[in-house]
Amino acid sequence: MSAEQKTGAEMLIRTLKDQGVDVIFGYPGGAVLPIYDALFQQNDIQHILVRQEGGAVHAAEGYARSTGKVGVVLVTSGPGATNAVTGLTDALMDSIPVVCLTGQVPTHLIGNDAFQEADTTGITRPCTKHNYLVKDIIDLPRIMHEAFYVARSGRPGPVVVDLPKDVLQGKSDHYVAPEEVTHRSYRPQTKAEDHKIAEAVEMIAQAKRPIVYAGGGVINAGPKACELLTRFVRTLGVPCTNTLMGLGAYPGSDPQFLGMLGMHGTYEANLAMYNCDVMINIGARFDDRVTGRLDEFSPRSKKIHVDIDASSINKNVMVDLPIVGDAGSVLEDLLAAWQARKLELDQKALKAWWQKIEEWRARDCLKFEQKGQEIKPQHAIKRLYELTKDRNPYIATEVGQHQMWAAQYFKFEQPNHWMTSGGLGTMGYGMPAAMGVQRAHPDALVIDVAGEASILMNIQELSCIAQYNLPVKIFIVNNQWMGMVRQWQELLHGGRYSESYSAALPDFVKLAESFHAVGIRCEKADELDDKIMEMIDTPKPVVFDCLVTKDENCFPMIPSGAAHYEMLLGPDDKVGKPISEEGMVLV
Amino acid sequence: MANHKDQEIEARTIAVLVDNEPGVLARVIGLFSGRGYNIESLTVSEVDPRQRFSRITVVTSGTPQILEQIKAQLDRLVPVHRVSDLTMDGASVERELALVKVAGSGDKRVESLRIADIFRARVVDSSHDHFVFEMTGKSEKLDVFIDLMQPLGLVDVSRTGVVAISRGPQGL
Ligand SMILES: Cc1cc2nc3c(=O)[nH]c(=O)nc-3n(C[C@H](O)[C@H](O)[C@H](O)COP(=O)(O)OP(=O)(O)OC[C@H]3O[C@@H](n4cnc5c(N)ncnc54)[C@H](O)[C@@H]3O)c2cc1C
Ligand SMILES: Cc1ncc(C[n+]2csc(CCOP(=O)(O)OP(=O)(O)O)c2C)c(N)n1
Repeated sequence: MSAEQKTGAEMLIRTLKDQGVDVIFGYPGGAVLPIYDALFQQNDIQHILVRQEGGAVHAAEGYARSTGKVGVVLVTSGPGATNAVTGLTDALMDSIPVVCLTGQVPTHLIGNDAFQEADTTGITRPCTKHNYLVKDIIDLPRIMHEAFYVARSGRPGPVVVDLPKDVLQGKSDHYVAPEEVTHRSYRPQTKAEDHKIAEAVEMIAQAKRPIVYAGGGVINAGPKACELLTRFVRTLGVPCTNTLMGLGAYPGSDPQFLGMLGMHGTYEANLAMYNCDVMINIGARFDDRVTGRLDEFSPRSKKIHVDIDASSINKNVMVDLPIVGDAGSVLEDLLAAWQARKLELDQKALKAWWQKIEEWRARDCLKFEQKGQEIKPQHAIKRLYELTKDRNPYIATEVGQHQMWAAQYFKFEQPNHWMTSGGLGTMGYGMPAAMGVQRAHPDALVIDVAGEASILMNIQELSCIAQYNLPVKIFIVNNQWMGMVRQWQELLHGGRYSESYSAALPDFVKLAESFHAVGIRCEKADELDDKIMEMIDTPKPVVFDCLVTKDENCFPMIPSGAAHYEMLLGPDDKVGKPISEEGMVLV
Repeated sequence: MANHKDQEIEARTIAVLVDNEPGVLARVIGLFSGRGYNIESLTVSEVDPRQRFSRITVVTSGTPQILEQIKAQLDRLVPVHRVSDLTMDGASVERELALVKVAGSGDKRVESLRIADIFRARVVDSSHDHFVFEMTGKSEKLDVFIDLMQPLGLVDVSRTGVVAISRGPQGL
C-alpha cells in the first residue's frame, strides 16, 4: 500500500472509481464541498447536477434499473439528505440498488443542532436497506465498498453513507481495495437446496392448470435469469403473467404471455391466477395490488414461491413450497431437474387449460373505441407503443392512470426497458428516472409517459435535461384531472371530485420552450401519428402535450378489497356490491 | 393454505447475535415498531468484546406466521449474524433479574423480609425504613414476588428483561 496521504474526499472518489462508477447524480452544499472539490480535479466520474435532490435519487434509480448497476447519489447534509428520503423509500420498495452519499456536519458538532444538521442515519434507517455514519477516515474505504456490496447483493436496495465534513477533510494513507473487503455478516442465500428443487418439479409435474407468476425479482436477477424464465415457461408450455415490476422479464408479445395481473391486470391473467391448481411465483411478493382480497386469492392452488428474501415468503400469502434463492440460479436448477427427470405435464389437461384461457383472452379486456377527433388516452399510448416499438425504447412513467395504460398497452420484449414506481407509487419519479436512463443509454429512445399532474412534481429537472442535452421525450397524457384519483372518487366516493382537478395548468409548449426543449401539442386524433413521429425524430428533449378525453377510466379494475373474479371490465360494469368497509380502508 | 387470522397468538423468546455497531439496537427496535410487532421484553449487551458481538434477547408474541416473519425480518438486517428461536428450537433457560424497593416499618417490614427469604431474594441495600431486594428467576416468579410486595410498601421496581440461552452443549 502506498504511504501517500489522501483526504477523505479523494479517498471517496477512489472507492467510486474502484467500484466502476462513471456517473453520479447530485447537488452541492457546504458539507460536501470537499467532495465537489475532489470531483473537480478528476475526469473519470461525471457529475450530473440535478435541480432537486429527490430528482437525483430517481435518476440514479433509472440508471440502475436500466443497466443492472448500482446508481450513485451525492447530496449535502440536512435539507439535501431529507429531500432524498422519498427517492430512498422508493428504491427500498422496488428493490433498486442505490448508494446515496450524504454530507454531515463535522463529528464534534453532531448532536448540537449545528447548521444544516439532520440525524440522517436516524431518518433514513427505516427507508434504506442499510446505512452508515463514517466517524473515522480509517473506516471510509471499507464502508464504501461494503455499501456497494450491500446495495447490489441479495435483494437489492438503497444504502446511505453519511460523511461528516471533518472525515472528508482529514488525511489518511490507509486504503483497501474492493477485493479486500468481506462483509462480516451479510451473506444472502442464492442457491436453493436440492431437495426443494426436486419437490418443486414433482409438484409442477402433477399440475393440470399451472401458471407462472413472475415479478421484479427476475429483473433484479438479471437478463440471464429472464432468458431462463422464458426457456422454463416455453419448455413447460405453461401460461406466464408478470407483475407491474416484472414487465419485460418475459417477452410481452409471446403467445404464452397473459399480460400483467392484479388490480389493473388483464382478465385472462387474473382468472388464470384464480383458477390455477399450481402457481409458480418467481421473484414476486404477493403485493396487495396483485392479490386483491386475500381469502379469495387463488384459493385452490398449491403455491411455490421462489424469492431471495425469506421475509417475502409467507408474508401475505401462505405457500406450500418456499424456495429461498436467486431467481436465475433456481430457474437453472428447475430446468435441469425437469429435463433430467424427463418430466412432462399432462398434455390433455394442459390443452383444456389453454382452451379456457383463450376463452378469457377472447373477451379482449383491453379493447376501447377510438371515435372522432377526441383522443382516447388508451389510443394515445397504444399509438405511442406501435410507432416506437421498432426502436426498442426505454419507457419510464409517472404514477396514475397513464402508468397503468402504459403497462397494459406497451409490450416489453426485454428486461430493463421499463422504469416505474410500483411499490411506493411516487408521482414525479418518471422524468428524473428517464434522465438517468438516457445518461446510461445516450443513443436510445427514452420516453417518460406522464400525467399532467405528476409531471409538475419534478418539473424543475427539465433544466437538468437541457444542461446535459439529454434527448428525453416527455409524453404527457393530459386529461386535466388527477385521473386515478378522479376514478376512485367516481367509483368509490359517489362522484364527489374533491380537489382532483388539475386547475391552472401551465402551457406545456411554452414551458418546454422556456426550458430549452421542444414543445408539441396534439389535440386531434388525426394528427397524433404525425406528431408522435415528429417527437421521435427530434434530436432534442421534447415535451409532448397530448390532450385526451378527460373522464376516461382505467379498466380492467379490481376494486380494492375485491376478489379476482369481481373485476370491472368497462364503464358498463358497476361496482357489484357495495365495497366492504375492509375494502374501503385499503389504499 | 390456512389464513393466518385463524392462528393462535403465541409467545416466543428469540436470540439475535449482531455486530455491535452504532444504531444496531435502533434498527431492531425500529423493525418491531415499524412493522407493528410486539416487544414484551428486550435486552441487549455485548457478549464478545473482541469480535464486537452483541446479543439481543427479545420476547415477542404473535401468530406463528407473524413469528416466522419476525425471524425472517431480523435475519435480513445487514448487521445480524444469527437468529435463534429459543422457544421452538429445543429447550432453553430463561432468567430475569429484578431490584425491588420496599419502604415501611413494623409488621409490614418484617413480612417483606420473610417473603423475600422464601423467594430467595437477597437484600442489597437497607435502612431502618426500606429494603432493596435483588431477585433472579423466571419472569413469572418475579411477577408474583412484586405482587406480594405491593401491600407491603412497594415503592420502586427495576427489571432487566429476559435473558435466555439454549440447554445442552451447543452454542448459538
Ligand atoms: C397506481 C398503481 C397501480 C398498480 N397496479 C398494479 C397492478 O395492477 N398489478 C401489479 O402487478 N402491480 C401493480 N402495482 C405495483 C404494486 O404496487 C407492486 O409494486 C408490484 O406488484 C410488486 O411487484 P413484484 O411482486 O414483482 O415485486 P417487487 O417489488 O419487484 O419485488 C421483487 C421481489 O423479488 C425478490 N427478489 C429480488 N431479487 C431477487 C432475485 N435475484 N432472485 C429472486 N427473488 C428476488 C424480492 O425479495 C421481492 O420479494 C401498482 C402500482 C401503482 C402505483
Ligand atoms: C407524491 C404522490 N402524491 C400523491 C399520490 C396519489 N396519487 C396517485 S395517482 C394521482 C393522480 C395522478 O394524476 P396524473 O399525473 O395527472 O395522472 P393520471 O392518473 O391522470 O394519468 C395521485 C394524486 C402519489 N401517488 N404520489
